[in-house]
Amino acid sequence: MEVTTTWYLVLAAALFTTGTVGVLIRRNPLVLFMCVELMLNAVTLTFVAFGSALGGLSGQMAVFFALVVAAAEVVIGLAIIVAIARRHPTTAIDDFSTLRG
Amino acid sequence: MFAELQTIPGPQVLWWALTPLLLLSGGGLLLLTLSSLRANLPRWVSTTWVIGISTAAFISLFPIWNRISEEGPRTFLADAVGIDHSSLFITGILILVVVATTLLSHSYLQREDLPEIELYVLLLLAAAGGIVMASANGLIVLFLGIEILSLATYVLAAYHLRRIESQEAALKYFILGAFASAFLLYGIALIYGATGSTNLVEINAWLSKNILFEDGLLLAGFAMLLAGLGFKVAAVPFHAWTPDVYQGAPSPVVGWMAAGVKAASFAALLRVFVSTFGSYSADWRPALAALAIASVLGGSIGAVVQKDVKRMLAYSSITHAGFLLIGVEAATERGTTATFTYLAIYAFLAVGSFAVISVLGHEGDNKHTLETYKGLGTRKPVLAGAFTVLLLAQAGVPFTSGFIAKFGVIAASVEARSWTPAIVAMLATAIAAFVYLRIIVSMYLSEPSQEGSVSVDLGSRIVIAVSAALTIVIGVFPSFLVDLANNAIPILVGG
Repeated sequence: MEVTTTWYLVLAAALFTTGTVGVLIRRNPLVLFMCVELMLNAVTLTFVAFGSALGGLSGQMAVFFALVVAAAEVVIGLAIIVAIARRHPTTAIDDFSTLRG
Repeated sequence: MFAELQTIPGPQVLWWALTPLLLLSGGGLLLLTLSSLRANLPRWVSTTWVIGISTAAFISLFPIWNRISEEGPRTFLADAVGIDHSSLFITGILILVVVATTLLSHSYLQREDLPEIELYVLLLLAAAGGIVMASANGLIVLFLGIEILSLATYVLAAYHLRRIESQEAALKYFILGAFASAFLLYGIALIYGATGSTNLVEINAWLSKNILFEDGLLLAGFAMLLAGLGFKVAAVPFHAWTPDVYQGAPSPVVGWMAAGVKAASFAALLRVFVSTFGSYSADWRPALAALAIASVLGGSIGAVVQKDVKRMLAYSSITHAGFLLIGVEAATERGTTATFTYLAIYAFLAVGSFAVISVLGHEGDNKHTLETYKGLGTRKPVLAGAFTVLLLAQAGVPFTSGFIAKFGVIAASVEARSWTPAIVAMLATAIAAFVYLRIIVSMYLSEPSQEGSVSVDLGSRIVIAVSAALTIVIGVFPSFLVDLANNAIPILVGG
């Protein structure tokens, strides 16, 4: 059986869905964060799959930008989580409920 | 032949068209370097620096505007960036909001005893990201602009080191923002897969040439892109973060979020949906109409039950996002013009209102309940008067700029024959007016509370006075702004 572009796209969609569901049901900020990274990597896979199917370089090029953005997001996200963890050693997202109307 | 192979052609760059962007980002990075070379830079140095840089960037807009008028919109950097009047218009709004936020932050940071350099650097970089969004000619560049803007704004939300609410706001904003960015990027990937390009001009040409029989991929891409941008503009149902983040983040920063981030995101929305996907408007207009109706209703009803003024204005910003979406939904030139006018007007309203909130927050930035506003009319008549003007304008009272803004989008919507959003918007205005009146009533008709004295510093005075004055001036003589916005319709040009 030949592995076509569709296989990669379906795999990427599955990864993206896993990440989305993870963000919606998990409660630890670090795990939420990993789920978002999973979603971004799924998108990267989609770009590569489309890029090789369509030919041309813009698909592969987009991956580099996506990677850089993901790295920058990690830096900012971990900084925020660390800033909070210093005050609240248990970081479950449900504990953060000072803000409500 | 051999010599030709050896030279790698670099992309053409029109440096003159990038002046505002380079000034803001370069100025920000230089400030960061300076502050690390010399500890304890006096506070006024950094404030003056930011205001100087922003003024220079604002002045540089005029020659660029004239040159674009003569030569037409230009695209460069391998068609990645396009400068037209719409990008300059949004750049102008962003720079003015940066100046206002800086004026507010100067005394705010002193009052709260917070470091000042990083806030200014992040603010300048966020504005640079917004400019990239407003002049993006490709979806990847647009994504980069959104991320530059958002990453800087996440940190700004966490800026108040001693308030756990500030960090909580940043965490919520960050997780949901990164979540939305992933959707946005997936949307870009799907549109790339369907059309074979990430360049707006090429996508536009491709969409108007080809008729798809199986357009599932493309429509899924539209939906994902809309979800991502809907989060950035705080449209219902992607609004859940807004009240919490507005309540927790430092008040001057909230002014930037409401005015700056919204302006840049709507510029992107207009560029992508109206200008690029215009030939598919029958497919995306119903989705935008649904978002718009949900936002005007959700925002005005949500605001009614709040006790915290910052949260009320957060919900009111959701309502404004709904009105702006009505202008986008019209998908006509008139709708685009009305949206741009609204953005400029709302920028002043938001900055002015959050300036008042910032001043009244007292030390600790946590006195934001209606209690604080009781009897303000007798304690601080001028401040209360200015706030009343700003609130009445947000409610859309005639002879204020808010009326011009709301009338513009509703007229455009009616002209485009989308009656439902227009009618719902008019009903929602009535509900929203209740909230603004509630604040005004507690300022004038309640006994003064025993809060400590309020001192209004010079920076906040300037911001509040200018935004209240402009609210009335634009309300009575709107033609100047409307003419400017008429010229600011996005035009995509290929290289």
